[in-house]
Amino acid sequence: MTDTLLEIDHLSVDYETGRGDLKALRDITFDVNKGEIVGIVGESGCGKSTLISSILRLTAPNTRFREGEIRFKGQDLLQASERHMRDLRGADISIVFQDPMQTHNPVLTIGQQMLDIQHRSKQSKADKLAHAAKMLGAVGIPDPEARLKQYPHEFSGGMRQRIAIAMALMSEPDLLIADEPTTALDATLEVQIIERLQELQREFHCAILFISHHLGVIAELCDRVVVMYAGAVVESGEVREIFHNSKHPYTRRLIECDPGHIKERARVLPTIPGEVPDLANLPGGCIFRDRCDQAMARCATEVPPLDQLKEGHHAACWLNHEEVTT
Amino acid sequence: MSLLNVVDLKTSYGPVNVLAGVSFTVQPGETYALVGESGSGKTTVIRAISGLAPAQDGSVTFEGQEIRGAPERVMRPLRKDMAMMFQDPVGSLSPRLTIRSLITEPYRIQGMKDKDLDAEAMRLLEMVNLPTHFADRYPYQLSGGQARRVGVARALALEPKLILADEPTAGLDVSVQGELLNLLNDLRERLGLAMVIITHNLSVVRHVADRMGIMYLGRLVEEGTTETIFRDPRHPYTRCLLSANPEPDPDARLERIALKGEPPSLLKRPSGCEFRERCPFAKDICTQTPEWEVDGGHGLRCLAPLS
Repeated sequence: MTDTLLEIDHLSVDYETGRGDLKALRDITFDVNKGEIVGIVGESGCGKSTLISSILRLTAPNTRFREGEIRFKGQDLLQASERHMRDLRGADISIVFQDPMQTHNPVLTIGQQMLDIQHRSKQSKADKLAHAAKMLGAVGIPDPEARLKQYPHEFSGGMRQRIAIAMALMSEPDLLIADEPTTALDATLEVQIIERLQELQREFHCAILFISHHLGVIAELCDRVVVMYAGAVVESGEVREIFHNSKHPYTRRLIECDPGHIKERARVLPTIPGEVPDLANLPGGCIFRDRCDQAMARCATEVPPLDQLKEGHHAACWLNHEEVTT
Repeated sequence: MSLLNVVDLKTSYGPVNVLAGVSFTVQPGETYALVGESGSGKTTVIRAISGLAPAQDGSVTFEGQEIRGAPERVMRPLRKDMAMMFQDPVGSLSPRLTIRSLITEPYRIQGMKDKDLDAEAMRLLEMVNLPTHFADRYPYQLSGGQARRVGVARALALEPKLILADEPTAGLDVSVQGELLNLLNDLRERLGLAMVIITHNLSVVRHVADRMGIMYLGRLVEEGTTETIFRDPRHPYTRCLLSANPEPDPDARLERIALKGEPPSLLKRPSGCEFRERCPFAKDICTQTPEWEVDGGHGLRCLAPLS
């Protein structure tokens, strides 16, 4: 496994709150290989954001890492010094945030901001600007030299998000984290961003951890998918396995609920009744059982382990228990 | 008689003409969807209809009454029949009012003093499937989906004939999105509501809208029944939009038609067909200005339509 870039190994993270510990992430395990695009899907409150901020160690002060490791190129980031983390952030690991309207500093030109993030480089200012212009060109911004002199408000939302991607890729990171980068954009721009990311990934060979709740985007962009629910990984596997041969009821329900999946006009759209459980007061057994229409007696008492069902396909559900190969 | 009749509606902010003449009608009980890119003027259309944005020219009639530019004293009683659902679910609720006050505010504004407001609050919460103890909560204690449902309750409080909904499902998880659309569909059948819905989620449009209009740079470029538009889009822009809808299937073979460039500036509208610089199917004739033509209920503004 020499090509593993990022390993999340049995990671558990709590938030200390007045109501007790909120168990935001529990026993999260998955890998990202070099040059691979891995999608993380899940609904609000599933722990996607906690996971990203944990990888970058940009967590709130009440965060407690209870267990597990986050290994980047073999080194545990949870043990790394703050100085080392600063060297990694923006250089080896960079991030594109959700809201392109708030990513940039409104009072500095795009050129100035792109210069600032090259502070580690020993190149001349002219070379840095030329590099910035080249990156803007690479994300499809026409007339990049002139555009460097402009301020964020002079760009549309789609352009700002592409600029954010250009900035994230300037240092040629090994890992790009994209946190719902298309959620704030409309469909045509969303497609532009996805296609641009695919092209850039081929060009720069960086791995991408792509967080989204839009299944269509995940299906189109990702090699592998990790499905999260209420702070736990419920299923992970190759994109085709997840969409065509899903082994967890939550994944199946999630795909069914996507109106893009339903071609004929439906009078009643499928939903997942019930609410996500309170993470400060977790019920025993399977986290999804209250909303699962296939729940059995065992689901109420024992937490299903994330079993390997076949090479690269894992699911945490008692229904699969005869199929386990390991 | 149509419930809502919008004719050649025009809005400009100084030199920026955001709406360059929009016309459509909505029948009682009908759902009409407006789709298009960011900046195409969708939100301005519904804000102009409800009098929240200026409209310098054209006409808006609601149940036969002209309401464009009508003074607040005329609009206020009409808002009982014409409710808005705003885009930002939390931002549209005052943070200092309880949910009870928020959903009964319409009765107070309309001076309906004989109503039992507590009972109404309970009725509305039940209608949108929220627990009744939510009446004492404040907006910050709600999730996005719950705040959305409070928005629906507020919009429905006075049993309007028309709802103007701006991106009612934006930012919602797919399962919650389904719940909200089912709720709207159900209420529409029970109460005979008509709706104008703005969304850029085409999958949503397919399930809720009877008819749809596609906007580009403040104009409709195509209009028809949802079924016709999805089956037989004639305008290249519509075709591009429909092809840009990622499907939740990794093996979906998409014949994607890429849009070139960015939407042009409203300060420098292109000559001829305003879409021609980005149109993958543009022909020489497109330097002329296309007129709006209607054929069997299918409206189109294109000189080189696709077949």
